[in-house]
Parts: sequence; structure tokens; C-alpha cells
Amino acid sequence: MKKGKWGILFISPYIIVYLVFTALPIVISLYRSFFVNYWKGLIEVGPIFSGLENYVALLSDSSIYTYLSNTAIMWLLGFVPQIVLSIALAAWFSDHRLGLKGIRFFKTVIYFPNLIIAASFASLFFSFFADGGPVNAFLMDIGLIDKPFMFFSNTWSTRGLVAFMNCTMWFGNTTLLLLAGMLGIDPSLREAAEVDGATSWQIFTRITLPLIRPILLYVMITSLIGGIQMFDVPQILTKGTGDPNRSTMTILMYLNKHMFSKNYGISGALSTLLFLVTAILSLVVFWVNYRTEGRR
Amino acid sequence: MNRSIRKTIAYAVLIIVSFLCLFWFYALFINATRSNGELASGFSLLPGTALVKNWNSMLGCALPVMNSMKNSLIVSFATSLLCSYFSIMTAYGIHAYCFKGRKLFYTIMIGFMMIPRQVTALGFVSLMDKMKLMDSFAPLIIPEIACPIVFYYMIKYMESTLPMSLVEAARIDGASELFIFNKIVLPLMRPAFAVQMIFKFVESWNNYFIPTLILHSDNKKTIPIVISLLRSANFAEFDNGLIYMVIAFSILPSVVIYLFLSRLIISGITSGGIKG
Repeated sequence: MKKGKWGILFISPYIIVYLVFTALPIVISLYRSFFVNYWKGLIEVGPIFSGLENYVALLSDSSIYTYLSNTAIMWLLGFVPQIVLSIALAAWFSDHRLGLKGIRFFKTVIYFPNLIIAASFASLFFSFFADGGPVNAFLMDIGLIDKPFMFFSNTWSTRGLVAFMNCTMWFGNTTLLLLAGMLGIDPSLREAAEVDGATSWQIFTRITLPLIRPILLYVMITSLIGGIQMFDVPQILTKGTGDPNRSTMTILMYLNKHMFSKNYGISGALSTLLFLVTAILSLVVFWVNYRTEGRR
Repeated sequence: MNRSIRKTIAYAVLIIVSFLCLFWFYALFINATRSNGELASGFSLLPGTALVKNWNSMLGCALPVMNSMKNSLIVSFATSLLCSYFSIMTAYGIHAYCFKGRKLFYTIMIGFMMIPRQVTALGFVSLMDKMKLMDSFAPLIIPEIACPIVFYYMIKYMESTLPMSLVEAARIDGASELFIFNKIVLPLMRPAFAVQMIFKFVESWNNYFIPTLILHSDNKKTIPIVISLLRSANFAEFDNGLIYMVIAFSILPSVVIYLFLSRLIISGITSGGIKG
């Protein structure tokens, strides 16, 4: 059929660009991960074919596990408060009986931090929480502390700030997604429960939560993929060192470090591993969406 | 009954949360107007006197602030325009035509929708090096023509708003397929185009990981890279007013966009199905 040709023509720019700039880099990462190849000063070592040697080197070094757990800890520290807060806000916004005013205003405000350059936000927090910065000045003024608290010399305050920033940047987005899910629930279910004398809490736990489970799962996995990409905030906050004592070094900062030191074999192996993990998570999202669409 | 208590709690939480969302940026803009001496004397909620001075020291400092602003604008605008246009074109190709492999294409795109470019970093940078595209804007712009998330949004939007009868009618009138796409489909997709342009613009504006690997020379750097240099440069260590000014200036475009288009952005997050 002639018309079908037009369809192929319309999608061909996309397909070509996707193959060249997304699919090919994945193949190149995989290919280069099988070669030992790095720069030692001004001398290039390799590339020498070495099979899985890079993967063995990467996985037998304890660093990768430290950085994985750093990433996981900071993600969880930001994600748990974020999801609790987002569920509460979405439940309040969607509860007509509660009758909150100014919902549009609040929605606008909580989404705002999502638009801010993460790099700028991190720079801002670095200046605010510096040893001589305004936060320390304020805490000393009100007499809470006598001498400046060194936020960036303490593992948990640094991780806490990273998590706090991530939470601030993303909870608005999560709230809006959950709210859309809650507003999509058939109102007659709610009304029936109200007629039967259910309390707001019962309606929330027995009707709302079970029905938004697919969206909750979706939000969780997309946030996890975002967590794996965590880079801008800790990179700028710690000047790329992941200090104190490498406790805020994320897995992507590790990749960035290897790429800047021209450690191509290891970078390729790390890229490939990260690709596999995100591909699996992406397929889970696909499966969740597919199941929800099927049910509609 | 306890409704008023719950309402009070809800308002209290909302006010605290709103405060935490806005306070940092309010303080940032205030600090950008204060001189280094004023900043050292403690925190204040009122503007200082050094707005013009900080602005001038930003223009005169060693960082290419203005140039990076221009670079970011070029990259973000080109990215968002190309991405939205080609996503609509691709979505239309899938939505309006029947051909072999159509289902397969759709499934693969949606299946791998969430894979971020960061995880292909090594291969991407090696390829750009081979193609002699390092230190240019092309690697930041061209790849975004194929953005599965935007494509997904566009096809969902088309399914709900584009009447195929209109396309059929135009065909009967003898319009060419290209004419139909450019003159009938594109105008109908204008709202989706606008929403995705904004999102893509902001995303590209904020992009940091890939640009640091691609752009090296000073006159090519984008805003987030310059922001990261604030942290490593020694020259700015003694003028905090300047640092706040550069940060404030870097987020100003996002703030302006949001002031005017917040309603469109808020509705865009959830329309057209689930979107990350």
C-alpha cells in the first residue's frame, strides 16, 4: 500500500537518530568494555582484548559497592519522606469533603523547585550551609550552637542535605502524578463507602490506596531510575570528591571520574552494567503501564 | 466533627512545605542584592544595596556567564523545537498509517522509554569523538530528535484529540500527505507542542552530566557548567555577592517561564497519560 510508505517516511528521522545516537553508543560501550584500555600519564595502554577482565576488576573492587550503597542510602533518605508527603498532599487535594482552598496556588508552589537547575540549587545550598554561611550565622544568632556546624564535614548532614534537595525538587511532581491517579478513581466507589458510614481514613486505606497501586509502583520505579542517575547535586556540593570520606560519592560520579581519567575499559563496563539495570527497570514500568491500560 | 482539625493540619503542612519550596529562592534573590560586607554581617530578609555592583562584577568576572547564557539558550531552544516537531511527526507516522513493523517499533520505544542517556555515556562520547563532534552543540541537540518519552506523550495526545476523519477528508480533497501533516495535524497539536517544548527546554537548560563530557572550551560552556565552576574557582571566594548573583541569574529564565506558563506546565504533567 502506498500510504504505508508515508508512515515509514515520517518515522525514519526518528529511527535513524535513535539508532545512531542511542542504540549505537550502547553497543560501543559493550564493545569497549571487553578491552583493557586506559591512559597512564601520557601513555595509552591497550586496547588489548581481555574478555570480562574489566567486569572482574570493577566488581571485585569494594568501591563500587560503597558507591552503590551511598546512592541507595541518599535515594531512600529522599524518597521515603517524598512519597509520604506526596500521598498526604494528593489525598488532601482530592478530598472534596475536606474542601481545601487555594489548591491551584499550592500545586504551583510545590512544583516550582522541579524547574530549578539542580547545579544552581546545589551551589546555593553550598553557600547557605557553608561554615561561615547564613544558616550557621542564623543558628548561632538564636543561640542553638556556639560555633559553626560544619555541615559538609559530617557524613550524615551532607547526605541529609543531598536527600533534602532531591526531595524538595521532586515531591511536587510526585504529588501531581498521584493526584491525577486519585482523581481518576470512580467517585461512586467513594460515595457508596460514605453512605455505608466509612470514615475518611477507611476510605483512604481501603479504596484510594489499593486503587492507585499501579501509579505508586510507577512513581517508585521512575524515582529509582532517577536515583541511579543522581549526579548533579552531590557532584557540585562536594566538588566531585564525594566527601566526607567518599560517603556521598554516587555511582554516576564514579562513572564520571573514570571517564575524565580516560579509563575507557572500566567506563565501558560500568556503562553497560548501568544500562542493564535501567533497561530492566524501564521494562518493569512498561509492564505496569501495560497492565493498567489493559484494565481500563 | 474532626474535619476542622484535619483541615488545620492540612493547611499547616501545606504552608510549611510551601515555605520550604520558596524560601531558598527568595533568600537567593535577596542575597544577590547584598554586598559581600552586608552578607558577612548576617542574614537579612530585606534587599541590600549592591544589586548593580554585583551585576557589574558578574559581567566583569573571569567566568563566561553571559556567553554561557547565550549557549544555553541556543541549545535549549533548538533541542525543544526539534524534539517536539519530530516527536509529533513520528507519532503521526505510527498513529495514522499502517505498515509492517509499526507495532514492534511502538513496543520497543515504550519498553526502553526510561533509559537515560547517562548510562550510555562512554559509547556516546567515543562516538562523538569519532564523528568529530566534540566541543560542539550538535551532540546535545541532534540526539533529542529521538526522545521516546515525548513521542509517547504525543501519541497519547493524538489518540485522544486527533480525529482521523479530518485526515481522511483532506485526502479526498486531494491534499498531499506532507500538506496534511504540516497544515492540518501540526496546528491541531499546538497545545501538546507547547507543553513539551517547555518541558524539553527546562530539561535541556538543566542538563549537566553529558555537556561536561562534551564541551571543553570556555566559549562553548553552558550555564550549569559555569555554575559548577563557581565551586572550584578561587577568584570568587572573597565575593559572596557575586556568587549569589550568578546563581540567581542562572535560574532567572526558569522562574520567568514559570511565572507566565505555570498553568500550562501543571496541566501538562498529567495530561496525556502517565508521564515521568
